Amino acid sequence: MTPTSVARKTLLAAVPLLAALFLSAAGQPTVHVAPMDSVGPRPVEQQTRSSIVRDYLQAWQSMGTALGENRPDLLDASFVGLAKDKLADTIREQRSLGIASSYRDQSHDLQVVFYSPEGLSIQLLDTVEYDVEVRDHGKTVGTQHVRTRYVAVLTPTESRWKVRVFQSGS
Amino acid sequence: MRSWVTLLCALIVVVTVPGLAGHASAQASDLRFPQKVEAGTAFSVSTTGSGSATLYIIGPGDTIRRVVHLGESISFGPDDLHNAGHYVAFLVSGSSTQNAQFEVTASHQAATLSFLAKPSRLPVNLPNGVSGVAYVFDIFRNLILQPQQISFELSDSSGRAQIRSATSRDGVAWVKMNSAAKAGPAQFQAEVASVRNKRVIQQVPGDPCSIRMTAHGLGQKDKARVALETEPVRDCNGNPVPDGTIVTFTETYQGGQSMVDVPLKRGVAKTELPSHNGAVISVASGVVMGNEIRWSGGL
Repeated sequence: MTPTSVARKTLLAAVPLLAALFLSAAGQPTVHVAPMDSVGPRPVEQQTRSSIVRDYLQAWQSMGTALGENRPDLLDASFVGLAKDKLADTIREQRSLGIASSYRDQSHDLQVVFYSPEGLSIQLLDTVEYDVEVRDHGKTVGTQHVRTRYVAVLTPTESRWKVRVFQSGS
Repeated sequence: MRSWVTLLCALIVVVTVPGLAGHASAQASDLRFPQKVEAGTAFSVSTTGSGSATLYIIGPGDTIRRVVHLGESISFGPDDLHNAGHYVAFLVSGSSTQNAQFEVTASHQAATLSFLAKPSRLPVNLPNGVSGVAYVFDIFRNLILQPQQISFELSDSSGRAQIRSATSRDGVAWVKMNSAAKAGPAQFQAEVASVRNKRVIQQVPGDPCSIRMTAHGLGQKDKARVALETEPVRDCNGNPVPDGTIVTFTETYQGGQSMVDVPLKRGVAKTELPSHNGAVISVASGVVMGNEIRWSGGL
């Protein structure tokens, strides 16, 4: 075995590890946001543009932690109404079965498609990639990588935008 | 050297396309779920092998764990999966795990409408003054993403209606409509496939269109004062301006000015001012000026 082939095999074996290290080091998901200049019927102000993206991404963090720790109270900060009810139901189901699921979002491709005339709801589409890991009574069942599209409707509250509708699928 | 470059490229591809490894494992699955399942419908999934296994179905909307027998079909009833979304499935048997992913889609049948109508109160005859936004949900409260034809109807207190229709896109449709010429409560309704949702919008008269007043002396009763009274004050569509609207009478005479604010009562404003011969008396409400009278009957 030549030194070159040894090095090649070593590097090949290290590829998944390096990739994992790279991703975990990155931590935050990559985010692409489509321009919002042509969103209608209401124009999206600059401050709204940044807060909607910030609050939506925070909602993903809240959901991931809430489903991972089976704590519906963690949804309060980012979800309201229908979306909160449905996620809370799922957490109750998970808890009763002894199951936990961890959602780690890796990338978001966001497009705001509707901002209502009176400014009370904003809708965005998100082509998202995430890993979902499932544990049954603490033991890992498996992990799958998912790429799908989410539709989210956010409404303003006292201090932030909260997710009212949160649904994946095309 | 070339092989190192190839290797480096492979590393970059794996690092920058995080889904690659995951997709590969998902594709290797033997567990065959239908790609899409409509919420609330029964379906079954065939399995291969023998013995028992545990099936997990996980999504943000539902969680299922079930012990199944390999080699038999796994049946799902209408109540098992009714929240639309992307689901992952794991079939675990000993050390072997089969994976699958599938989507539960909303039912095509609209069951509820979330309808926002704004504002709740506005002046009559305002172009595009009323907005209506409707989100369409199925019986399981899933947003129906397929286009739906939604009818919006705004009818005033006399029964005259404006009707518009809009096609929902990603679950939402909206319209803007004019407020009616007639003041009073208006019904604003959204309808899709016989599902209706109604809101009431109060249409109030606009600003006064014109103000006309008359003046007359009080005669022997009080020669030092003049009585002023407007005709019924209406907006430009003939709606009576609401009582309480302030009307201002101003009297300008040599060496002075008198001014009084009077709220409309039963559609008219009345007051008395000191009588000055040669005084000019004017009337106004907001930015609307009324007629002027030169008073010649005073002291």
